[in-house]
Amino acid sequence: MKKKGIYSDSHMKVDHRKVPSVNIIGAGLVGLSAALALSRMGIPCRLISPMPSERAQSVMAEGGINAALDTMGENDTPYDHYEDTMRGGVYLADPNAVWALCSRAPETVGLLLSLGAALRTENDRPVLRNFGGQKKKRTAYAKSSTGKILMTALTDAVRRYEAEGLVKRYSHHRLHSLCIRNGECLGAEVADLHSRVITELKGSVILASGGMNSLFPGLTTGSAVNTGDVTALAFVSGAELADLEFIQYHPTTFPIAGKRCLISEAARGEGGRLFALRNGKPWYFMQEKHPVLGDLSPRDVVSREIELVRNDKGCGGKVFLDMTGLEDYVWKNRLSDLREECIRYLRRDPATYPVEVSPGIHYFMGGINVDEHHRTNIAGLYAAGECACQYHGANRLGGNSMLGAVFGGQVAAESAASELSEKNTGEKEAGSLPPDEVMQPVGVRKEAAKLLRDSLGIFRSGKKLEAAADKIPELIGAEDSTLQRNRLRLGQAVLLSALNRRESRGAHTRTDYPETDDEHYRKTTVAVFDRNEVKISFRDIPEKRGGAG
Amino acid sequence: MKYLLKIWRQRDKDTSGCFRTYAYEACSETTTVAAALSELNEREVLSDIDGNVTDKVIWECSCLQKKCGACAMLINGKPCLACDARLSDYKNGRLTLEPLRKFPLVADLMSDRQIIFENLKKMQLWSESELLADDRSNSVMYEASRCLQCGCCLEVCPNFSAGEGFFGMSAMVPSSRLLAVMKDASADILRKQYAKFIFDGCGRSLACRNICPAGIDIEGLMSRSNAAALWKCFFKLRR
Repeated sequence: MKKKGIYSDSHMKVDHRKVPSVNIIGAGLVGLSAALALSRMGIPCRLISPMPSERAQSVMAEGGINAALDTMGENDTPYDHYEDTMRGGVYLADPNAVWALCSRAPETVGLLLSLGAALRTENDRPVLRNFGGQKKKRTAYAKSSTGKILMTALTDAVRRYEAEGLVKRYSHHRLHSLCIRNGECLGAEVADLHSRVITELKGSVILASGGMNSLFPGLTTGSAVNTGDVTALAFVSGAELADLEFIQYHPTTFPIAGKRCLISEAARGEGGRLFALRNGKPWYFMQEKHPVLGDLSPRDVVSREIELVRNDKGCGGKVFLDMTGLEDYVWKNRLSDLREECIRYLRRDPATYPVEVSPGIHYFMGGINVDEHHRTNIAGLYAAGECACQYHGANRLGGNSMLGAVFGGQVAAESAASELSEKNTGEKEAGSLPPDEVMQPVGVRKEAAKLLRDSLGIFRSGKKLEAAADKIPELIGAEDSTLQRNRLRLGQAVLLSALNRRESRGAHTRTDYPETDDEHYRKTTVAVFDRNEVKISFRDIPEKRGGAG
Repeated sequence: MKYLLKIWRQRDKDTSGCFRTYAYEACSETTTVAAALSELNEREVLSDIDGNVTDKVIWECSCLQKKCGACAMLINGKPCLACDARLSDYKNGRLTLEPLRKFPLVADLMSDRQIIFENLKKMQLWSESELLADDRSNSVMYEASRCLQCGCCLEVCPNFSAGEGFFGMSAMVPSSRLLAVMKDASADILRKQYAKFIFDGCGRSLACRNICPAGIDIEGLMSRSNAAALWKCFFKLRR
């Protein structure tokens, strides 16, 4: 992309206090992608994160990134990718946004390759693997450390602009508050976790802060840093949230100290099979129940089936992932890191022994409500990646999260660049953080955690959801921490979204409403915080434009 | 199993610090130091074994599964990741936790490792032009991309001091990624920086061998990068 910004010739002397600068909250894939896009346009930005990029949750992403590169001779096209993504999300995603994502995916992966991302190649072209919910090989990868490899390439690329001054890093800084006046976001207050100084940074804000792990302490595969506190803060500051009830349970996880550990979908993409012991014999239930996609059915389908089998008394309550049939070549070249992880945590070699697995919370499809340009309902405030609700509908396909993060970051940057306010500049000190607020609890308190865990499982009932939603205001009333109150409001919004969607779709399965009801619920669930109350409504999904798909 | 965790407590860099010992009962064989620290901080009141009520322990953690390097600290004197250190592996049940000492202290177990990233900037570790991994360079670039920038290798290095002219293996490893494929003028700059900030300062003590939590093949990458940055140029000049 050609530099076109007004500062492109003078960025060696960029003074972020005096020129319009975009504030990016989060330095993972989204944050880096946005920073790179802005830099290439010659627009200054501040990259704000509690930890350096190397510690972001994005480095944990494993399986791969989707793009219809068609290097495997299967006649794959962006339209196939679009159809799979829409179908996987049970037609709840914005079709125009999804078409933009899929049609530009080859270009997005091309950008990453041009930065030297060490995705696996053969004959100097990216190799693609099978992934869930897709019939064609479409997932570019680097063993099962794809996120780390992409992050390294992007971090190195952004470093150049850091050195030039266009990107100003605020490492060890956390969002303290958003400066919103008359429906417009004018900046952000950020707290330095080392000096405890709070600084107000003027300029528009891109939120890139990941999922809402604090609502389910110890039960997710994600990072302890991605608490969802930024989402909660945006919510109580007036930002709409959407589709919060869609929480992805990844089918193959196992517990480790303090969290769930993921076994990448790549294990099944390379030939791993799920089974349970029925009458003492292995029952490959996915292949029997879903003959077309089998073990590579979308994650919501696989997780539901695993849960049903685990609850089947004839199957001993256990489900295993059998990777013992994989060839040495596959282990060595494609899954060596996954194997090492299993050996480290389970003390068993998955090449020799099947691994017991169960579904674990892995991704939040819902989040801050954005349009296809990643704009929120608040002018000057944008969101992308897992903290936003975009691209994935009711269920995300594996390989689409990193794509959505990198592409979403670019789109958010383009929107912020096109709406840059020349007058809204400056930085000033705005107080200090109390010492006891440097370390924050990683999750909601025990009682709230139990309510959320018990009511927001793979199978949900109106009764439990209602009881939990009714209890939350009481917990909010007794809570003296603003942080925990915000988390509870976020939790309440998730519960009420799930309660009000009286159907089953994608990752939201209601035992009392088992059918999908397109007539009433092929709509976006919108949660707003208004006069101290969480309100839920349903909004039409944008119509597909002629050129899209 | 009961453990005694002797933890370095220091409110900030301007005050003096001391060790305090906390009793901790692990519920499982697999409990890690990271899990223990999280649980200590979740206590309503955190008291040491002498009954002194103390503040929460300040430390860093993110992935909790050895993928991000945030929780690097000294455990019984050895730099490692708290999420990778199982309590049950310390047979006498006593563990001493300290911050990495090569970096300025922020508080308790948190040190300021910003110098690692500043050094990468000084190295000019980026490419001005497109980089394309091909089949030949792919495995080196993959290996070099895995560095966590945790600082464990720097902690044990006799030649590294924060703010001085030797940048250590946390700069060598990412350099290897670029040196494997860079061909343009910025490659010449990087080669010079590599010689100045890495090759010239490394005393070949090999103290960093086997310390990397990610298990990166540091020696293999260094021999390749030395060749790419120095020897190939040297022989080219002689020809």
